[in-house]
Amino acid sequence: MKLKLFSLLLAITLLASCKQEKQQLVKIEGVLIPISDSLKTNPEIEDYIKPYREHLNKELDSVLSYSKETYTKKDGDLNTAIGNLFADAILEQTNPIFNKRTGKNIDLVMFNHGGIRSHISKGNITTRTAYEIMPFENKVVVISLKGSQVNKLVEYLVSRHRAHPISGLKLVLDKEGGLKEASMHGEPIEDAKTYYVATNDYLYNGGDGMDFFKPNDTVYSMDYKIRNVLLDYFIKTDTIAPVVDDRFIQLEN
Amino acid sequence: MKRRDFLNRATAATAFISLGSLGLQSFSLGQKTTKITILHTNDVHSHIDPFGPEDGRNPNKGGVARRASLIDTIRKENPNTLLLDAGDIFQGTPYFNYYGGELEFKLMSKMKYDAATIGNHDFDNGIDGLYAQLPHASFQFLSANYNFKNTIMDTHVKPYQVFVKEGIKIGVFGLGIKLEGLVDKAMYKETEYLDPIETAQEMSRILKENEKCDLVICLSHLGYHYNHDFIPSDLTVAKKTKNIDLIIGGHTHTFLPKPTVVKNLEDQNMLVNQVGCYGINLGKIDFYFDSDKNKIAEGKSIVV
Repeated sequence: MKLKLFSLLLAITLLASCKQEKQQLVKIEGVLIPISDSLKTNPEIEDYIKPYREHLNKELDSVLSYSKETYTKKDGDLNTAIGNLFADAILEQTNPIFNKRTGKNIDLVMFNHGGIRSHISKGNITTRTAYEIMPFENKVVVISLKGSQVNKLVEYLVSRHRAHPISGLKLVLDKEGGLKEASMHGEPIEDAKTYYVATNDYLYNGGDGMDFFKPNDTVYSMDYKIRNVLLDYFIKTDTIAPVVDDRFIQLEN
Repeated sequence: MKRRDFLNRATAATAFISLGSLGLQSFSLGQKTTKITILHTNDVHSHIDPFGPEDGRNPNKGGVARRASLIDTIRKENPNTLLLDAGDIFQGTPYFNYYGGELEFKLMSKMKYDAATIGNHDFDNGIDGLYAQLPHASFQFLSANYNFKNTIMDTHVKPYQVFVKEGIKIGVFGLGIKLEGLVDKAMYKETEYLDPIETAQEMSRILKENEKCDLVICLSHLGYHYNHDFIPSDLTVAKKTKNIDLIIGGHTHTFLPKPTVVKNLEDQNMLVNQVGCYGINLGKIDFYFDSDKNKIAEGKSIVV
């Protein structure tokens, strides 16, 4: 009887130890699998996407305006037609709203060259065009900046020597690339004066090395997406024909 | 002495016999091998359709319907599969702009994603925009270093989840990037960012010691690596923690041809992986568990 009890106990112990025969990690294999066109398309998923895609394409292909030429951000040295259109459209669309809210006017628009994400092709401009130029959800902000800060913005433009989209500012560089003249509304920039500068939330937060928007007096969040600015501008403009002008140039002599 | 030997032998024999009825198959566990497959994506950025043949960078690549068929095939081969995403599900095609992420979540649910962490772009329609799409997601959102207590996302995000596949416990926790300076405060509102390294140390301890996980996975949107070491990245988390077996990363759109083997705090090898972006790749990591003592004694081998 004693023996039986003992063996039962032993059996339980053995069984327990058997279960505790724990598995351990012995091997890891890692691979990368490209999603290529050699893979089968899952028909159920494809059918599910289809109505969304069709609705989207119908929306995106609706014609809003017409472009006389093909415009890219590479056509021009210090200002480009597409960049000028971009900055001028921001000013034209945003200023009435800003004025209505604050009684002030936007003096200057400053964006980044990299922010124009695509070209505009000659022919019909559709909703898709606006999405291609501006796929991000960035919004317009207006910042009240002292002239001294605006001069830092000017220094940035001079040192970067790039066709960052601007509006309301006129810059002339000498032959060596140094600043010869900077003006707003035909007048020099005054250090103590307050100017209203429109940009987007990304650049305001220091994107693209733009560290001159802070410190500032006030920031006005316009709640107006850049893409919606473009969409609204295209809708009201029958044909776009922007040009390279003299807002930011370098003298040859 | 001799008598005791005999007794031992005798009881052993009895025990063996009595075991027969108790379930001898439990002994066969002794030789069991289990394979756990981890599939992962990151930074898909609303890329639902494949890139067209004219695309300059990724012609004919990607596409959710193709990814779905690949996942199906892998799951049929090994039902012990987890499917994870490391964030930035949103933003990048008009599907997001028009439908606000609804289709992305619905398709991920159809593909039976198990969990995802939250990327900075997942706040692009605000924290309310993310919350609004939650009913379309049947998978769990994981983030251990975002404190959502004072936001609408409170109770909808877990720090970690433990999955059990054929007796193997897999603990997965999420890590998110610092939102300040990257995302407008109006978007993330009162979401509190906690130190990712400290959080990872705590999570790996909880998952290993309290939850007794066999496998610990970190789902991270911190980014693979930065030139400044003080910016937390997957590589710094890897080096400053222990007990994490795999970090699945995102954010930096890093295309790793194979997972990186990193030595952790205890000089143990672990893996960091990231598969680029836009759903043009699927990462697949297989973990083999064995109870064969000889195999265990040989230590863990990593084949990448």
